[in-house]
Amino acid sequence: MSTAQTPVKPSTGKLVIAWALVGVPLAYGVSETLTRVAALFG
Amino acid sequence: MGWLDRERTIAPPGFNRWLVPPAALAVHLCIGQAYATSVYKTALVKHFGASLTEIGVIFSIAIVMLGLSAAIMGTWVDKNGPRKAMFTSAVFWASGFLIGSLGIFSGQLWLVYLGYGFIGGIGLGIGYISPVSTLIKWFPDRPGLATGMAIMGFGGGALIASPVSTALLKMYDPNSGAKGWVANGDSVGKLFLTLAVVYLAYMMFGAFTIKVPAEGWKPAGFDPAKVKTATLVTADNVSARNAVKTRQFWLVWIVLFCNVTAGIGILEQAAPMIQDFFRQPDGVSLVSAGVASGFVGLLSIGNMSGRFAWSATSDVTGRKRIYMLFLGVGAVLYTVLALAGSTTTVLYVALAFVIISFYGGGFATVPAYLRDLFGTFQVGAIHGRLLTAWSAAGIAGPLIVNAFLDAQGKPGQLTAESYQPALLTMVGLLVIGFIANLLVKPVDARFHEPRPDRVRSEEPALEA
Repeated sequence: MSTAQTPVKPSTGKLVIAWALVGVPLAYGVSETLTRVAALFG
Repeated sequence: MGWLDRERTIAPPGFNRWLVPPAALAVHLCIGQAYATSVYKTALVKHFGASLTEIGVIFSIAIVMLGLSAAIMGTWVDKNGPRKAMFTSAVFWASGFLIGSLGIFSGQLWLVYLGYGFIGGIGLGIGYISPVSTLIKWFPDRPGLATGMAIMGFGGGALIASPVSTALLKMYDPNSGAKGWVANGDSVGKLFLTLAVVYLAYMMFGAFTIKVPAEGWKPAGFDPAKVKTATLVTADNVSARNAVKTRQFWLVWIVLFCNVTAGIGILEQAAPMIQDFFRQPDGVSLVSAGVASGFVGLLSIGNMSGRFAWSATSDVTGRKRIYMLFLGVGAVLYTVLALAGSTTTVLYVALAFVIISFYGGGFATVPAYLRDLFGTFQVGAIHGRLLTAWSAAGIAGPLIVNAFLDAQGKPGQLTAESYQPALLTMVGLLVIGFIANLLVKPVDARFHEPRPDRVRSEEPALEA
């Protein structure tokens, strides 16, 4: 409990890493799918 | 294992709440792999010498276990907090792949049923609901946006797993360059081992990043009184045990069931359906297999983006109104699809895209709807119980569509007209869902948990 009460300084770096860890694979998946979708309009 | 306890995950002052959505996404992106099983389905059929149905059972067991474990474990998840739940989910999900790989290497299909289906399915259910109530508590000002972000991950997981799995299968199989190549069993086993390790690591990142807000925490500038402007949004709490006794729970259950059943109807048949809609009198379709595959990809994008966009929009419109859109406009679009969908491919694709975005939106918006009706107290557990509607729809949707199509003719001979009975049945279901949604009213005060300033006098009975 005591550690949970210690204030922390908001870290932008941590936030960027956390979002990159999920955002990069997701962007890769979307881009791969869009390549497949191109056949629909090609 | 005390480090997994809820008390150890309470956020310190200054914690940035925007670290919570990526933690939730990490779990949902992993368990979303469940929708990418088609990548190795043919390989497993060949490896085990089994039928497509026998291999399909693996996925069916996993989805049934998802619904059951979410319903049964919901209260446990709410009580023990998201870190323990995500950790448990990660262990079950990774173990499912490990045992599944053992089954593949040893040629024992029952081990794949037990591993990926049964054990992995438990991981799916716990993982799906694990971040929901935490997100709602961190984002009381935008619960739809928060849950939409996480549940979008479940749709996005398949988009990642599908190309990654294909690439890994090609890497593990020395014959991958051969014409008409189907991956061998050994490479699928190695794929399962790889996925077990990667998913375990990713889900652990989620488990150890997530934190719950301290008691009484609220975002800067947030005024709870402003949220309570709509009549359906309660400031009270209802326990999971009492929620299932209310009419509202079952009305929302019907809403979700109808919305999911209708969406699955299109999703299950997506590729052959577009080809059948544009089949010429000579039996040849104007839509090639490659284009149909592109259409399936587009639907995946619609499903994923609908989860985020519609759920976030519901924070502005209100939950009841957005479901009126999903179900009401959905019914109109389905009717146009059934009667005029074969006019042009552009119209067909546009209609299907919007319909599938409503399907995804229905999934992602429902936790916020439950929060509005039942409060935040046990919203994760209530959500878990509600997901039985998904399991039921997973059986009903394909059953309805396949039964109608079987009566219309054989695959490869079907046309747009063959789909009309099935699609118009879905319209009927959406109308039922629309009426159920209209009937949703605030939960009676007798179901509310006692507040410190008032005492509940009796145990509520089943609502009339």
